[in-house]
Amino acid sequence: MTVVALPEKLKAKDFATDQEIRWCPGCGDYAIVKAVRNALAELEVSKENTVFVSGIGCAARLPYYMATYGFHTIHGRAPAIATGIKLANPELDVWIATGDGDSLSIGGNHLLHVLRRNVNLQILLFNNEIYGLTKGQYSPTSRLGTHSPSTPLGSVERPVSAAAFALGAGAQFVARSIDTLQTHLPKMLVRAHDHRGASFVEIFQNCIVYNDGVFSDFTAKDVAAERQIHLEHGKPMFFGADSSKGIRFNAEKFELEVVEVGTGGIEEKDLLVHDETNRSLAGMLAAMESPGFPTALGVLFCRPAPTYEQAVGEQIEKAKASNKKRDLNAVLHHGYTWSIDSEHHIDTPAK
Amino acid sequence: MEGPAAPAQAEVPRKALDAVVIRFAGDSGDGIQLTGGQFAQATALAGNDLQTFPDFPAEIRAPTGTKFGVSAFQINFSAKPTRTSGDEPDVLVALNPAALAVNLDELTPGGLVIVDAGTFSARNLEKAGYTSNPLEDGSLAKYRKLAIDISKMTLAAVENQKLSQKEALRCKNMWTLGLVFWLYGRRRKSTTDWLEAHFKHKPELAAANIAALNAGHAFGETAELSNDIGAYQVPSAELPVGTYRNITGTEALAWGLVTGTHLAKIKMVFCSYPITPASGLLHSLARLKEYDVVTFQAEDEIAAACAAIGASYAGSLGVTSSSGPGIALKTEAIGLAIATELPIVIVNSQRAGPSTGLPTKTEQSDLYQAVFGRNADSPLVVLAANSPSDCFEVAIEAVRLATKYMTPVIILSDSYIANASEPWHIPAIDQFAHFPVRFLTDKATCKPFARDTQTLARPWIKPGTPNMEHRIGGLEKDYDTGHISYDAENHQRMTNLRFGKIDGVANDIPLQDVEQGAITGKLAVVGWGSTFGPISHAVSNARADGIEVSHIHLRHIWPLPHNLGGLLAGFEQVLVPEMNHGQLVTLLRSQYLSHAESLSKVTGKPFTVHEIEDEIRLRMEA
Repeated sequence: MTVVALPEKLKAKDFATDQEIRWCPGCGDYAIVKAVRNALAELEVSKENTVFVSGIGCAARLPYYMATYGFHTIHGRAPAIATGIKLANPELDVWIATGDGDSLSIGGNHLLHVLRRNVNLQILLFNNEIYGLTKGQYSPTSRLGTHSPSTPLGSVERPVSAAAFALGAGAQFVARSIDTLQTHLPKMLVRAHDHRGASFVEIFQNCIVYNDGVFSDFTAKDVAAERQIHLEHGKPMFFGADSSKGIRFNAEKFELEVVEVGTGGIEEKDLLVHDETNRSLAGMLAAMESPGFPTALGVLFCRPAPTYEQAVGEQIEKAKASNKKRDLNAVLHHGYTWSIDSEHHIDTPAK
Repeated sequence: MEGPAAPAQAEVPRKALDAVVIRFAGDSGDGIQLTGGQFAQATALAGNDLQTFPDFPAEIRAPTGTKFGVSAFQINFSAKPTRTSGDEPDVLVALNPAALAVNLDELTPGGLVIVDAGTFSARNLEKAGYTSNPLEDGSLAKYRKLAIDISKMTLAAVENQKLSQKEALRCKNMWTLGLVFWLYGRRRKSTTDWLEAHFKHKPELAAANIAALNAGHAFGETAELSNDIGAYQVPSAELPVGTYRNITGTEALAWGLVTGTHLAKIKMVFCSYPITPASGLLHSLARLKEYDVVTFQAEDEIAAACAAIGASYAGSLGVTSSSGPGIALKTEAIGLAIATELPIVIVNSQRAGPSTGLPTKTEQSDLYQAVFGRNADSPLVVLAANSPSDCFEVAIEAVRLATKYMTPVIILSDSYIANASEPWHIPAIDQFAHFPVRFLTDKATCKPFARDTQTLARPWIKPGTPNMEHRIGGLEKDYDTGHISYDAENHQRMTNLRFGKIDGVANDIPLQDVEQGAITGKLAVVGWGSTFGPISHAVSNARADGIEVSHIHLRHIWPLPHNLGGLLAGFEQVLVPEMNHGQLVTLLRSQYLSHAESLSKVTGKPFTVHEIEDEIRLRMEA
């Protein structure tokens, strides 16, 4: 009798490579790579079946630090390359590591289409609201008035919201977390992986060199409870240090509002209950901004739908089933042909 | 049998001709391309050799009756092997005044012009820029004229079919085709078969079109046309024994790519973004899903190139296709494929530029772009197809070189080749040698950038292979380990290696041969791509008159064949006709310090035979 030895369960450290990490000391990316390794260990995925694909930027260096297959490509194009990978081999487990410049500026078009097509992969958008690797220019998510080498008087462009963009592009899974939330972030990565289809995770990431503390209005320890709301499907939307606040839908104004539970006759039943299958609600939650609102974290939206590569594969299987012989010679001979014999007699073969 | 409604082929004395060039022209909504295609089919079945040239406007439906809305289709058919779509037409079929105005100048003096007189209204004449009616003012005096009210004849022919006036008039191309079929003794069966299949679900349209076709044919038989119009016969050409079909460059490329990946035992992922004149390749391949072809209409040209790279990375062969402007967008991605040494095939169906240029007109002005058009030192392989049918073998060769050398390969086609058609002696798939790709799976040798000592190709390792996990990317890699390296000496070594690998492909391609003429002499005409036909004819015409001239035609543009420099040096003069401002000629001069000289043409139309022949005679008789 042969006993098949089960492979030893991989630990987070097994997903580390021997390459020296080249991010700045104190960069939020260290926390993210740690969370990613933890998530992979928890998911018990195999190294050989996992592929990290990235474009250009600080975030895009992540594949070098993962002991899986990895492809560091060109600026903004990771979603397109990942789509090609999934078309060639849908069984591969593909993750995209990208930044706000990479996927909302130069690669905005590809992000739109990979989400719309619902290719089964995970997209981790490291949003630090700045261009790091090119030394600190404002990015498409930078807030109005951001001072940078290219905007010495402050930026005059209104920023794009990554989560709202993803929802608008038709993403079927949108989640949010913060680099330093080492319990929450791996959970979001696991949820993203469990979802079949294009899963979009926006990670608020601190750039210690060019944009330090840009998210501290809601990530700093002393304000976190008041400025973050952690969404859970089916649960009422409480937040605040003693869970005394909540989110209510004001039907008259057709907007969300922050309320104090227990004052003015407001009870728990008046609060919104999170329904992660509701795209309209997700859109409103994504649009909540501090200081007026807490920042929504967790799974904003999740509604599984058929994946792109599945539909492509089904069409191919159907075509194969309808043409079992698959003789290439038949392709060359289809339609009108004629033959010429040694007496130069021309004949049209019957089809 | 022609069909129940068709009268038997009348026995008329037919004048034999060696070759005829007919140009069908009309409004872009008149179905000219379809008419030409059907005439080509019937002509091929009559055993002639032929080549066709569709020439259509960029607008899908330009305003009716305007000159810029004229669509044309030219066919050259012959009792002898033919390699061009002909210079000046012998017959011009003009379905409206604008078609006559645009094309008449090119009709050979004494040629036959067939017009639909029913369209020569004051309004249509004005739209075509005529101040008087050319049918009446003597401007057709130097031609033979057959002016028929085809519109009226067509309406009469289909009146039993209960069609609207508009639908009924749409059949006039078939009436015209019926008449031209009669003039050249063509059988109608291939067209009636096609109409029945095409209008399977609209039998009334099939019946109307067949009725119009038969009526046009009957008109020829019974109208007692004057002697100078007459009936003709072009004897069949002596073609080798075998099975034939008409094929366009687009079809040949599609089938060549499928055959190439079949021989390589690999799946193809074809990624493209629509662009004229390259879209046809996407359409052709999208219908071949059962042959392990995945087609992907990407969101843009860049995504198409990148998805192809992703597919190759994952172990399929990624192929992308476009025309010049789209290839420009792909160049950064092509650089990534060069840096990561992944195989991809890039098809460029060239069109006239720069920028949007003349989207439906032909040119071969992307040779520089193919050979040199990327940032940094980034060599790759470039091949050029010389005719529609040649695309089949060129595509197979591209797949072979890409997978063997782990490199991008560019195939240069052009608008002419993509759309033109010619009879093709259909090969048996078994006659081609297999070249199965090998994926590295042996952990002991897992060095992603270790190399085959002969080809200098790196191994192909598919994600999903256990214990072979590794990272690749566009950053420079260490020669030995494949890890990121910013080392100065290493970059020099890797740059040299990338050039060495592509240079080495020259050891794997045939030496350059001479198509016609001696291997040394006074004059060699050197071409590439779709100039093959006119150069070939021009050289054989000159040689028939005793002029010693040779024809050399390149398939391998980069790397060039080893013996090419020596071959060119053996001629006193080297003439390079190109549909560009002089690109191959510059390449030859820079590579070999050659004395090659340019014959340039950039009108959006192929060279005529006499343009090249005149230049040969000028040089040799001076």
